[in-house]
Amino acid sequence: MPMNNMQMVFGDEQGMLLDSARAFCRDRSTMPAVRALLPSAQGFDPQVWQQMAALGWLGVAVAEDFGGSGLGISSAVPLVECMGKHLLTTPFIDTTLVARVLQQAAGSDLSQRYLPDIVGGQIASLALLESEDWGDPAIGVTATPAKSGLQLSGAKTQVAYAEVAELFLVSVMYQGVARLLVVPTAAVPSAAVSRQTCIDETRRCARVDFSGVSVGMENLLPGDADSTLREVMLLGALLYAAEAAGSAAACMDLTAEYLKTRHQFGRPIGSYQALKHPMVEVLVAMENARSFVYHAASLVNEATPDRDAESACRMAKAQASEALKFAGDRAVQFHGGMGFTYECDAQLYIRRAQWSQQVFGDAYHHRKRLASLLLDS
Amino acid sequence: MNGTDPSPSELAEFRAEVAAWLEQHKPADPGFLLPQTFMEVGSDQQLEFLREWQHKLWSAGYLGVHWPSEYGGRGMHAAFQHEVDRELRRQRTPITFNVIGLGWAGPLILDIGTDQQKALYIKGILSAEDIWCQGFSEPDHGSDLGNAQTRAVRDGDDYVINGSKIWTTMGNYARYMILLARTDPSAERKYDGLSFFLSPMEARGIETRPIQKITGEYGFTETFFTDARIPASCLIGGEGNGWRVAMQTLQYERGAAAGAAGGLPQVRISVSDLIDDIRHLRRDGQPLLEDPVVRDRLVELIMEEKALGLADRRTGLPGLNTDYPLSLPLSFKLRASEYQRRMRQYGLELQGGLGSLYVGDEQAVAGGFWQRAYFNNFATTIGGGTSQIQANIIGEQVLGLPKS
Repeated sequence: MPMNNMQMVFGDEQGMLLDSARAFCRDRSTMPAVRALLPSAQGFDPQVWQQMAALGWLGVAVAEDFGGSGLGISSAVPLVECMGKHLLTTPFIDTTLVARVLQQAAGSDLSQRYLPDIVGGQIASLALLESEDWGDPAIGVTATPAKSGLQLSGAKTQVAYAEVAELFLVSVMYQGVARLLVVPTAAVPSAAVSRQTCIDETRRCARVDFSGVSVGMENLLPGDADSTLREVMLLGALLYAAEAAGSAAACMDLTAEYLKTRHQFGRPIGSYQALKHPMVEVLVAMENARSFVYHAASLVNEATPDRDAESACRMAKAQASEALKFAGDRAVQFHGGMGFTYECDAQLYIRRAQWSQQVFGDAYHHRKRLASLLLDS
Repeated sequence: MNGTDPSPSELAEFRAEVAAWLEQHKPADPGFLLPQTFMEVGSDQQLEFLREWQHKLWSAGYLGVHWPSEYGGRGMHAAFQHEVDRELRRQRTPITFNVIGLGWAGPLILDIGTDQQKALYIKGILSAEDIWCQGFSEPDHGSDLGNAQTRAVRDGDDYVINGSKIWTTMGNYARYMILLARTDPSAERKYDGLSFFLSPMEARGIETRPIQKITGEYGFTETFFTDARIPASCLIGGEGNGWRVAMQTLQYERGAAAGAAGGLPQVRISVSDLIDDIRHLRRDGQPLLEDPVVRDRLVELIMEEKALGLADRRTGLPGLNTDYPLSLPLSFKLRASEYQRRMRQYGLELQGGLGSLYVGDEQAVAGGFWQRAYFNNFATTIGGGTSQIQANIIGEQVLGLPKS
């Protein structure tokens, strides 16, 4: 049973990354800075993005041949966890996932063409989802051979940072087979990108209609995309789980601080067990999420995720989704009347929780698949 | 610790020897339910079975391997006992039930006892000839141990004990008790008035009354002291140092490396055991394990159990414990005991109509194992500080919330 694999490693390199990420996120993503970005068009500070590129963070999943550090996707986990803790929200996760796919599955020509630019700060985004159903294996967007290469038809939804991305990695059906295709945004008319309103206002996403877009045949990644799609779904789940675990911890800290300072009936309200005990449940849920996240990070890297790694990624996402949802919900409730206001930071977390639980599949989505892995052996 | 660290090959060789011995000598299923922990020894039949098993294991040289040979051990390195313990767990043997002796009193006596005390007590602990019990909790002071009120008054060469203790595991079988009693009621700090005794249970004035548990079984007693006289030589650690000594005994629980004699204090129950036991059952005319709601709930439990193991693992990685350093160690008891409660409770729920049968009914699933296991688990969510007290401690010490 995959239950027995308890591997967890956290080496010096990851420790140093975690330390530098902590300092960076704390300085660059203060609460006023997060608040200031909420109404902005692109949702993140391009200078911060460039600094992240300069630190080499966009190259963790990229081999040294293509300008990366070759540390491996697991090194993105402590980075993303810190970003989650400080609500530093950028196209980092999606760009890293695209880089990972290109690195693993694209072949050297496409990798050479795109990876060095991504490492340098070019924004890339995944275009996978077509409906509300993250579990739907069907792909509606098609690529058909045309005079000048491939002609696309169909639309994707909730494409992260689509308005500022410079390339999309799109799942398509090509001659009846699932494939992945690199689509430079230059090939997509701006009218085809329509901004969507995210419940988590620290993020940006858009619907992208690829109908009529043409790209060259050479942009098609080699081979059947099924295993790559499975892998990117698992790694996406892991990275968003890491972010959610970080956000859950921050949300817990925010609430605990309020419970220490707010007084009612002559006592700090945190002295009441009706508030204290659920906070301990939040803590345990968050710690469990962290354990799964770092366990999964120890099992994914160069190789395609095996059963144990799949199980670990799914547990991480299932647990982190629930932890943040619970932390956000209790944060609003325990802040009382203040918690109901937009001004109170609890709203940032309860909103994020709703986004975060859905992206790359919610807790039930993953538990359902875990059931097959764990109960049907 | 004795001598230098043994080499991996020495350990492997020893482990193989233990494994082979166990394959041949571990007891067959006795045909009645055995206790999962030492707190569940509820009948003479169970007691005699476990006493015989521990004696056999010790006689073979596999208990207290690292304790001094002059007192019944073998004077070897603790790592050898650790190998035995792992093998006992792997082969799912019955428990080594004399836990208060093996894990608390024994290491304490070896650490701070006199030579006379060592000669008197240690061998009997290992051989299971002398069963030990613990007298800490009192009827009115369950969660507040430091406030224990049982009195011990020095009178010549004796102490005279008055008061009562409760939740004395195997109190009706024990020959000795580790006893926490108040020698100085006027001490400024309540902790400073306590002393620690290695008390005989057979003294006049000591009576035990068995407590029947929700399972219908026995296992605990209430213990009454009425002008009971025990020799002053029973005092250990000096008068007034009882609290410090009591805290010291808690340190040994962490296994052979911490000083305990080793063995298998409890059988771990896993959700995978539950799944094995209910796999053949049905619901709505279909196999139970095809029900999507059942599957979802079982996965939640599997995750919870896995998270416990991962938390243990993470405790050893300091880089991943910088934000809330006390969080994992302080919450271990709460997480583990509450998980077991939920899992075992679900174990009954899953049985359909069979879940309403009980131990003694031949149709009960696994002999009523889950029914009994669920009820018995309350010993862990209540004993040693209730889950509610644990949540207070965690909330205050990890999250910094104000005292309740």
